[in-house]
Amino acid sequence: MRVRKAKKEAEISKNDPRVKFLANKIKKENYSPGSLIEILHTAQNAFGYLPLNVLQYITKALKLPPARVFSTVTFYHFFSLKSKGEHTCLVCTGTACYVKGAQAIVNELEKQFGLHSGQVTPDNKLGVAVARCIGACGIAPAVVLDDEVLAKVEPQELTQKIKSKLAAS
Amino acid sequence: MNSQELTTLYDKAKQKNAQYKHKICVCCGAGCISSGSEEVLKKIQEEITARGLENEVSAVPSGCMGPCNQGPLVKFLPDNTIYQKVDCKNIQYVVQRQLIDKKPIEDLLIFSDSREKPFLNADEDPFFKKQLKIALKDCGDINPEEIDDYLNIGGYSALDKVLFKMLPEEVIAEVKHSRMRGRGGAGYPTGFKWETVYKYVSAEKYVICNGDEGDPGAFMDRSVLEGNPHRVLEGMAIAGYAVGASQGYAYIRGEYPLAIKRIENAIKQAKKLRLLGNNILGTNFSFDVQVRIGAGAFVCGEETALIASIEGKRGTPSPRPPYPAESGLWGKPTLINNVETFAGIAPIINQGGEWYSEIGTPKSAGTKVFALAGKIKYSGLIEVPMGTTLRQIIFDIGGGMQDDGEFKAAQTGGPSGGCIPAEHLDVKMDYESLLSLGSIMGSGGLIVMDKSSDMVDVARFFMEFCMDESCGKCVPCRVGTKMMHDLLQKICTNHATKIDLDRLEELADYVKECSLCGLGTSAPNPLLSTLRHFREEYENRIRQFEELQP
Repeated sequence: MRVRKAKKEAEISKNDPRVKFLANKIKKENYSPGSLIEILHTAQNAFGYLPLNVLQYITKALKLPPARVFSTVTFYHFFSLKSKGEHTCLVCTGTACYVKGAQAIVNELEKQFGLHSGQVTPDNKLGVAVARCIGACGIAPAVVLDDEVLAKVEPQELTQKIKSKLAAS
Repeated sequence: MNSQELTTLYDKAKQKNAQYKHKICVCCGAGCISSGSEEVLKKIQEEITARGLENEVSAVPSGCMGPCNQGPLVKFLPDNTIYQKVDCKNIQYVVQRQLIDKKPIEDLLIFSDSREKPFLNADEDPFFKKQLKIALKDCGDINPEEIDDYLNIGGYSALDKVLFKMLPEEVIAEVKHSRMRGRGGAGYPTGFKWETVYKYVSAEKYVICNGDEGDPGAFMDRSVLEGNPHRVLEGMAIAGYAVGASQGYAYIRGEYPLAIKRIENAIKQAKKLRLLGNNILGTNFSFDVQVRIGAGAFVCGEETALIASIEGKRGTPSPRPPYPAESGLWGKPTLINNVETFAGIAPIINQGGEWYSEIGTPKSAGTKVFALAGKIKYSGLIEVPMGTTLRQIIFDIGGGMQDDGEFKAAQTGGPSGGCIPAEHLDVKMDYESLLSLGSIMGSGGLIVMDKSSDMVDVARFFMEFCMDESCGKCVPCRVGTKMMHDLLQKICTNHATKIDLDRLEELADYVKECSLCGLGTSAPNPLLSTLRHFREEYENRIRQFEELQP
């Protein structure tokens, strides 16, 4: 009987500054399993998402079962196992934004770039996601484009803005 | 540091502030930042320096002032004049007219674009006049990044008072006397919660501040944390003293990076002055606060799920009892209160429970912060005494409907709440009255809808939210929300029959009765309340489909 071996993930390089940063954080948290979420935040900030080999590294460092780490990562919306793209466009679809037409923005993005929530363009340039509420209800509909919160967004203006960003990069 | 040194600090802070004749506060809440207020602040500071006024005028960032959609907002103290939609280009003009010529620019005054005669003193404007600010009192007047600003307004005096003049029992009695109820949504009396935790004997106890404001449409916790983080820390420390805890956790949503930054900064400053940490003010009482960042799960607002999340696990709720007061974080007695609750503690200690209990209604004391959003003229954050009617909030404070549309419904309590139709506009906003209409107070999100909103679609929207956010632990919620969502989808696309509607109502009851935590038990609320008040919209769609059938 042939046993199919799981594809082995590339080991992460100990010299990678991001890994060092992560190692420091883990040390600072005293290798405590209770700080798993804090550590995952740090890892995601450093790598942009959570690659499997990084998760394996955390698993070993905290001496946790891989299932425990994986189940935690997949439970929370904030953590992503896939790259989010160089530019990210996060559309708030909270109630206030919904009442003020967030769906039109989502539709426009889909029309212009062919991206649903959570998808990235094949060249990894642009990623689109929706948020449940970013707490900026007074300026609805809101969109976060590369960490910049845009107020009272018009769908066409937004796609124009994204296009100029993509062209510039 | 001891109590005397605190007095010295007050004097120092007062002195520092007294040298300035004017203070310019630029709102650096999340809403105003997105309209460019940071740039405005920078320009104002440059302008002050260029005119050589830096010893007379201080220009600082401040927390949220309220009318978020009029931003960027700039407030001139002591005149209390607020300018709206300030542009980087006319800073020079604004400073010249307001500070040098003393001739305020009418066209830029707050609400000048919609009121016949705008007010020089913003507090005279109906938007502010009808409010009573307790939790939000100093947001907008102080720099949240400087502890001196908080000390200048008597910050940490309540902590000083409890540590030197009150026993833990007396603190609890005072909070009980205030009749304050938890501001997170369920409205459990705060004093009783504290007493329960106090009564359990344990060497270790914890205080948790719930800042996982997942409810879409609510942003009061964010504004309090961003605008006055020290007030929350002071409330937590007082709670720690009262219940006998020495470790606190502030659990804040990952979506609020600014709030996280400001509270972390506040903790650092308070520790430096020994207002947090070991032997606070020279007493035996030690209390430390750590920040925990949420990772985007709505269910983590539920207390047992939040505790699991702080422990680094999946944020799934557990059955209660045991309540966290008995066995919470790491199995120890734990006190969990909402951000807004903690923000109300210092005023209660300073001004007395009696004072607080006289505000509001007999059953719901004090004030409540509401986040006005949706199709309303002035959206933003307001704080009113409990028992203020919905009509007063929307039409007197909020300025009425946007584009003079017709009011259809107001949604309170987010995905756990319900819709209030026009015939109940005179409902008093307190815990019981909202409950009797099939809605809940929740954390205070208030979304106004006009005729363009389709209520069936609103119900579907919230059900989709609950379906996505269900943690999957218990079947009624995991499967029930999905089935209800599919049925609502069917009604929305005009493919449903009377049987589907019956099935939907039956399911709603099951999910409400059988779910493990608050997410499931309240998930059917938006559906049930729209069915109760807007049943004809559901029936019209069903009739349309059934008439097409042969």
